[in-house]
Amino acid sequence: MKSSTTFENLPPWLEFFTFPSVNVLHVLLGCIILGVSAGLLGSFAFLRKRSLLGDALSHAALPGVCMAFMLTGTKNPVVILCGAVFSCWAGALAIEWIVKYTRCKEDSALGMVLSVFFGLGILLLTHIQKSGQAAQSGLDKFLFGQAASLVERDLYILGGLGLVLCLIVILAFKEFKIVSFDPDFAQAVGLPVRLVEFSLATLIVLAVCIGLQAVGVVLMAAMLVTPAAAARFWTNNLSRMLWLATLFGGLSGAIGAYVSYLSVKMPTGPWMVVAVTSIFIGSFLFAPQRGALARARRHRLFRQKTAKENILRTTYKFAEQAGRWDTPVSLNELLQHREMSTAQLRRTIHRLTRAGFIEETHVGLLHLTEAGKEEAERVTRLHRLWELYLMTKLEIAPDHVHDDAEEIEHILTPDLERRLLLELEGELTDPHGQKIPGSLAVVAEEKRRK
Amino acid sequence: MMATPAEEIPIEVHDLTVAYQHRPVLWDIDLCFPQGQLIGIVGPNGAGKSTLIKAIMGLVPLASGHVEIFGQRSRQALRSVAYVPQRESVDWDFPTTALDVVLMGRYGQLPLFGRPRAKDKEIARQSLDKVGMGDYADRQISQLSGGQQQRVFLARALAQQTRVYLMDEPFAGVDAATEKAIVTILRELQAEGSTVIVVHHDLHSVPDYFDHVLLLNLRTVAFGPVATTFTEENLNATYGGRLHLLSDVTERLRQGEWSARKQAK
Repeated sequence: MKSSTTFENLPPWLEFFTFPSVNVLHVLLGCIILGVSAGLLGSFAFLRKRSLLGDALSHAALPGVCMAFMLTGTKNPVVILCGAVFSCWAGALAIEWIVKYTRCKEDSALGMVLSVFFGLGILLLTHIQKSGQAAQSGLDKFLFGQAASLVERDLYILGGLGLVLCLIVILAFKEFKIVSFDPDFAQAVGLPVRLVEFSLATLIVLAVCIGLQAVGVVLMAAMLVTPAAAARFWTNNLSRMLWLATLFGGLSGAIGAYVSYLSVKMPTGPWMVVAVTSIFIGSFLFAPQRGALARARRHRLFRQKTAKENILRTTYKFAEQAGRWDTPVSLNELLQHREMSTAQLRRTIHRLTRAGFIEETHVGLLHLTEAGKEEAERVTRLHRLWELYLMTKLEIAPDHVHDDAEEIEHILTPDLERRLLLELEGELTDPHGQKIPGSLAVVAEEKRRK
Repeated sequence: MMATPAEEIPIEVHDLTVAYQHRPVLWDIDLCFPQGQLIGIVGPNGAGKSTLIKAIMGLVPLASGHVEIFGQRSRQALRSVAYVPQRESVDWDFPTTALDVVLMGRYGQLPLFGRPRAKDKEIARQSLDKVGMGDYADRQISQLSGGQQQRVFLARALAQQTRVYLMDEPFAGVDAATEKAIVTILRELQAEGSTVIVVHHDLHSVPDYFDHVLLLNLRTVAFGPVATTFTEENLNATYGGRLHLLSDVTERLRQGEWSARKQAK
């Protein structure tokens, strides 16, 4: 394979990009076509919650591959492909039939079809191998795939098929979208839902069959589902999700081809699956909105906000009792009122100081600043408003409202605050007889605006 | 009722029976929904209210009978009926926006493979405005509250621009603002001469919201103007005393797997 002539001294990891032999290029293109079509069509299976269907159908392709070979005696890709498509269809029909006419649910039907068809395929495969036909060698490659066996003729067929799949998805995007989201409504507005569903299933079957030679029946499901699942983390827009799934699929294909070029011992198909799974894990961790790290960060920020607001409110309460809003409070006093470790309290106070809400004049003694007073009043107001609301509107006993307000005060938006104030207008003392700070001003402001 | 030409009756249900797994859920429903009225369908859980709506929309197989839309039985005729399914019937985590969902109401008017045009988008935006969701057009649908999602579904039906509306529990689990918005829309539709049929679960609001009421429990218990039909006696017949004989018979049908009524066609 490594018979480079022009770039003599390149290391293999660079040499790959000069496509040292036409064979390398074939494998690379074949894998990309596979990844692209599987990622694109798999997205619809994923959105319709039929991910397992892809798995069942790819396993169901095996008996068709074997039978096509037994009937014709050749490994002509067109013949094999037809056998696979036919067999997948039979599997899809069997699933539909079982769900319709027996009491089995879809998951049982999928399980049955997957294992029965796969078992039949293995049986035929064993039979063929024992028969000693010279042409049979390599048929077992359809189990786990062998990308290296792709030749130019295969590429034309797979590439043509992949192109047709993409064009159909572009053409029928609107139909596929509505049938995936709300098939009942699609039928109600007069779309041929059965036809659309049938076409979609057929396209998924074709995408599976494109991948059989390179990835094999066992691993094909991963190439269908994982790109879509990874893409979903990054976007809330269907078109963008399809583009991303296509990109992730194609990229995994390319990575699989690359790795197997670097080391002859490395199989292409499994490496594609490793690549696409890595992309999935990366998306799960790092996606900006839905990713795990982004969510953890949001949680952490919320906890910090809660801690800050709690300290402000407690400081305010001490000041309120003392009658002067800049009354200094000691750390010990705060610790007695807040379930917080000393370290946590220190960190929170540091953040509050940096924000200009609190000043530490003497060691261990701190008081609110002007800005801090305003913010503390806001939090206290929300806390007491919510207590009042629970008591007057939900008729909850005054001694039961505090804990609830402890949580709610941190999530009330200015809009909700305004609505609370308007609903509670006239009552400006909380259930414990304390003043609700600043509420008069807000109500007056609201009235002025009207 | 005065004889009306069939073309002016928005929906006529003939002798309709629907069975799930051989157990009838609707039995011998025979109804003429009058034009230009707000019609409520009420009945206990499992009375077949949603099934009736789905049967009219052609979404469940009929064991017997048929449905006529403005005197026609073709699938084409169904395009003149706008449909609001139950909110829970779809996955709201689907990657799309409110405007996009509303735009789906236009798909029936577009040719196969045809893309929505500027005019369709304009209609979709207006529909969103009508339900008070104009500011949420580009919002991802999973970020909407339950009531807002329901209003998006209503807007999608409005975008169909038809004269007959079938709504499956639009008031289920919605906030006060949404309830008010929906009632306003219902009144507007009626003022325009549309017929609106609503599956409803709150008996108290029936006299406020509807002109006609259909009391349903497996069969039609009563159907007519609210003033004369929504009586205690009829309600007792709908909600009280289960029909023991009938439910025993349906149970037997299910166990024996006989078909309720002969297959249609």
